[in-house]
Amino acid sequence: MSYLCQTDEDLKTILDTIGIDSAQEVFSSIPVTLKYTDRLDIPGPLDEEFLRKTLAGRPSEGGFAGGGIYRHHIPALVDAVASRQEFLTAYTPYQPEISQGTLQGIFEYQSMMASLTGMEVSNASMYDGATALAEAALMASRLKGIRRIIVTRTTHPAYRAVLRTYLQNIRDLELVEIPFDPDTGRTDLRSLEEAVGEDAAFFVQQPNYFGIVEPMEKIAEISSKTGFWGMVITEAISLGIMKRPGSYDPDVVVGEAQSFGNPVCAGGPLLGFFCVNKNHVRRMPGRVVGMTKDHNGRDAFCLTLATREQHIRREKATSNICSNQGLCALRSALYLSAMGPKGLRTVASQCASGARYLMAALKDKGIQPLFGAPFFHEFVMKMDEKKRLALKDLGIIAGIPIAADYPELPDAVLITVTEMNTKEDLRCLLENL
Amino acid sequence: MPARESITCFPEIREPLLNTRSAQGKNTRVLPSPFDATDLGDLGPEESLPDLPDVSEVETVRHFTRLSRLNYGIDHGMYPLGSCTMKYNPKISEAIAGSFAAIHPADGNAMHEILEFCCLLEDCLKEICGMDACCLWPAAGAHGELTGMLVIKKAIALSGRKKNTVLIPDTAHGTNPASCAIAGFGTKSIPSGEQGYLTAEILKEHLNEDIAALMITNPNTLGIFEREIHDIAGLLHDNGAYLYMDGANLNALMGIARPGDMGVDCLHVNLHKTFGTPHGGGGPGSGPVMVRKELERFLPCPVITRDSREKYTLTWDRAHSIGMVHSCLGNMGVLIKALTYILSLGAEGLRNAATSACLNANYLKSRLSGYFDLPFSTPTLHEFVLSDLRQKDAGITTMDMAKTLMEFGFHPPTVYFPLVVSGAMMIEPTETESLDELERFAHAMETIAQMCLTRPEELHESPGTCPVDRVDEVWAARNLILTWGSFESNKGDMVSK
Amino acid sequence: MKIPEGLNYTQDHEWGKIDNRTMRIGITDYAQGELGDIVFVEFMEKGTQVAKGESFGTVESVKAVSEIYAPVSGTILEVNETLAETPELVNQDCYGDAWMVVIEMEDPSEADSLMDAEAYAEFLSAEAK
Repeated sequence: MSYLCQTDEDLKTILDTIGIDSAQEVFSSIPVTLKYTDRLDIPGPLDEEFLRKTLAGRPSEGGFAGGGIYRHHIPALVDAVASRQEFLTAYTPYQPEISQGTLQGIFEYQSMMASLTGMEVSNASMYDGATALAEAALMASRLKGIRRIIVTRTTHPAYRAVLRTYLQNIRDLELVEIPFDPDTGRTDLRSLEEAVGEDAAFFVQQPNYFGIVEPMEKIAEISSKTGFWGMVITEAISLGIMKRPGSYDPDVVVGEAQSFGNPVCAGGPLLGFFCVNKNHVRRMPGRVVGMTKDHNGRDAFCLTLATREQHIRREKATSNICSNQGLCALRSALYLSAMGPKGLRTVASQCASGARYLMAALKDKGIQPLFGAPFFHEFVMKMDEKKRLALKDLGIIAGIPIAADYPELPDAVLITVTEMNTKEDLRCLLENL
Repeated sequence: MPARESITCFPEIREPLLNTRSAQGKNTRVLPSPFDATDLGDLGPEESLPDLPDVSEVETVRHFTRLSRLNYGIDHGMYPLGSCTMKYNPKISEAIAGSFAAIHPADGNAMHEILEFCCLLEDCLKEICGMDACCLWPAAGAHGELTGMLVIKKAIALSGRKKNTVLIPDTAHGTNPASCAIAGFGTKSIPSGEQGYLTAEILKEHLNEDIAALMITNPNTLGIFEREIHDIAGLLHDNGAYLYMDGANLNALMGIARPGDMGVDCLHVNLHKTFGTPHGGGGPGSGPVMVRKELERFLPCPVITRDSREKYTLTWDRAHSIGMVHSCLGNMGVLIKALTYILSLGAEGLRNAATSACLNANYLKSRLSGYFDLPFSTPTLHEFVLSDLRQKDAGITTMDMAKTLMEFGFHPPTVYFPLVVSGAMMIEPTETESLDELERFAHAMETIAQMCLTRPEELHESPGTCPVDRVDEVWAARNLILTWGSFESNKGDMVSK
Repeated sequence: MKIPEGLNYTQDHEWGKIDNRTMRIGITDYAQGELGDIVFVEFMEKGTQVAKGESFGTVESVKAVSEIYAPVSGTILEVNETLAETPELVNQDCYGDAWMVVIEMEDPSEADSLMDAEAYAEFLSAEAK
């Protein structure tokens, strides 16, 4: 397949205008010694039908896996509207006069994320929740006196890994991990309290990686003794029912909004979000859309606070981020608009109720969860690896094994229930356990 | 205004904010509700419902559809944006990526096939670039740069040498120094040569023990091939330093020249540029990183391994890796689209694309150099830069010309970058433009050049027929209305110009 | 280009007006012109000690953010609060109402190395080349 649109005659016109005799002369500025004279050893060209057959996604049932990426119902309108070429193929809205569609869409996404998190401002997106956390830690580290970043082991292991990567060469900054209580599955508050100080910034995930609800009131109290703190939300759907993060007065709320209208799609693209209050808006990484007027007084939108960004501030920028997850953010806006207040609450409630239904059924079978504290829609249970693989052969994805990241929890599996599971799915799982 | 062919006309639409349409009870969506309601008191739930607009499905669809009609897109017409490679986004890529939507990364069986496709993509990218190892997970070009610089930092640290500074040409993209800063390097800007490319002589002046790497874009942001790159690589290597290449401009080189042959140690490519995946209004992109064998062990986790029985797995067991750079597998959907593109074109197709991209750009350069100042006479490849020197005397700025181009139905070129050229206009048509479209653009630019002489006032006023006129960026920054909530509560206080 | 007499100037385009042991500081006409419409200014708090050459704040326009550097060492005595509400004053009256901070000088002799109006004017024309 070629997407070129010129005839041989067109080529002749082009060559004549440029003043060369053959197409290859256009590369005369490349030294001969650097020219590649072989033929690239890659397959193709392949026609569309062949591609559809060979590059096809296998049908997948989804099962009971979550762990930071969640299967949720996506109303059909999201695909239909987001796939419009004006949204899909548009460039970054640096020229506002012909990008008002993208700009207003992102402004509305920002507005809804700010409302849902209870914070004053949201940026236009980050790559994913993990890099959003890493950037929040970098933001904290630029504040005077912050020398330590504290995270709890109940934070998603991949998020902590990405955090480690981003912080590895930042001078005078220590990464500290706080243990969890093995009975409740919650952060060990005593350890957290001992660790915090004016020179520290800490981050807590809610609900945590085990699906457990952290005691945010107590954690908010501890925050008064620390220089900076933030909340990490890996399951955005939880914002549909749980106490607004902003009500605890964190400095930053970051996380993953893939659940808002973006398919799981083998792991990506995802959607990191980043929310702060106005006092930190100039330190916030990423693009942000603002409202303004045009020269005729008409309401308009444009990118603003660009002076913080890489293309102006360069090495002093608040981040190096340029391309973000723009279309995913637009899909989120479409999703949230399609769901509405009751819809989002219903989905969140269904997820939580489904998980409780499963938990109760498991307890009936004599299977206890590992942790005793309240949970949202995920929980950890013991499952023999042989059993888990046997279920996999039956086409049931019975959760995510987490022992590799938590060696003290052998055979532990993280099970997730969402509104996409049916009672039949659950019955099937229970029967085969 | 001169008569312009109205190929792209915007409709007259004023769409208010979504929340202004909200009214309780409008949203009657029926949702999957497989479970009976249970007591959720132990969650400590929020009493009030989430603060979202309450609108019907029809209103949602109409609202966003109207917004879409205020946007320009590639399917409307050309985006001659230098260093962005805004080529056509093939529809087959969308169709194929769609078939992967329902696969959760924990679904081992389905993921096995996907890892196989990822390996195929790695192989293709390594072949195109002449490199030894690849990591697909960085989610954007800047993310790839950061990854690459972290790899280099680790390699240097392990060698025990003290090298803290990265050299960056003054034509570099802003992400280059920003990425270095996060990777823990200081940066030093070095000038390009008189002819617009970096010379070994200039490098020698700046090379010392402390230099860890040089970040180069090739072709550079002036569209000029860095002809001394091989010598430059040699000098760096002799100094124990590395050559990093920003692969944003790879579109000029596919099948023509390979970074690996130029002495590049590490590079990133931009799938949303060279490999035709859609820009989405700002993302998602994808910035895979490739390295020479020597640097392979530092690449991020996880790494795809292929055993003798063609079984693909992910491994995190990599002692020297810089660690994870993404929580999962990067922008997988984008990776699949890029693979589709590569396989659709094949070796011949990629080479033809690069050739046509350079021909189209040189065609426009020939057509426009009679009207605009060309700061460098050095040959260029897939893009070229004009300056505003000839139009300045008439009091016309590059901004004026860019805004007027919109009147002709085009997105403007990249403006005011690179910084080394006054009022730079960086033009890259790409290969997916017909001669008709190139001519239409050339004609528009010529008309603008003439207007500078005959009717300059009109250029200051443009655009006039777009959904909005020039916006007040100062007002935006002074008032900082970033949410509709802020708009509501600040209506009275907003600072007027 | 306004370059009033009686002020001291730095190579970073700040001006200082000495009054006994204090120095009132702002940015020059050249600086505000280069930056464009000012949208935001931010300073360190009253009571902060700054060293000569250290940044004590930022000035932001839509196209750039500039650090403002202390021409002399000392303690910040006063900060111009009105600039928070009306940053555009910097464009309108950079030598008058848009003064930024007043510093109590630790070592007044540090001011000796600053430029006078004539020297600053020469510095600007040399830069322009």
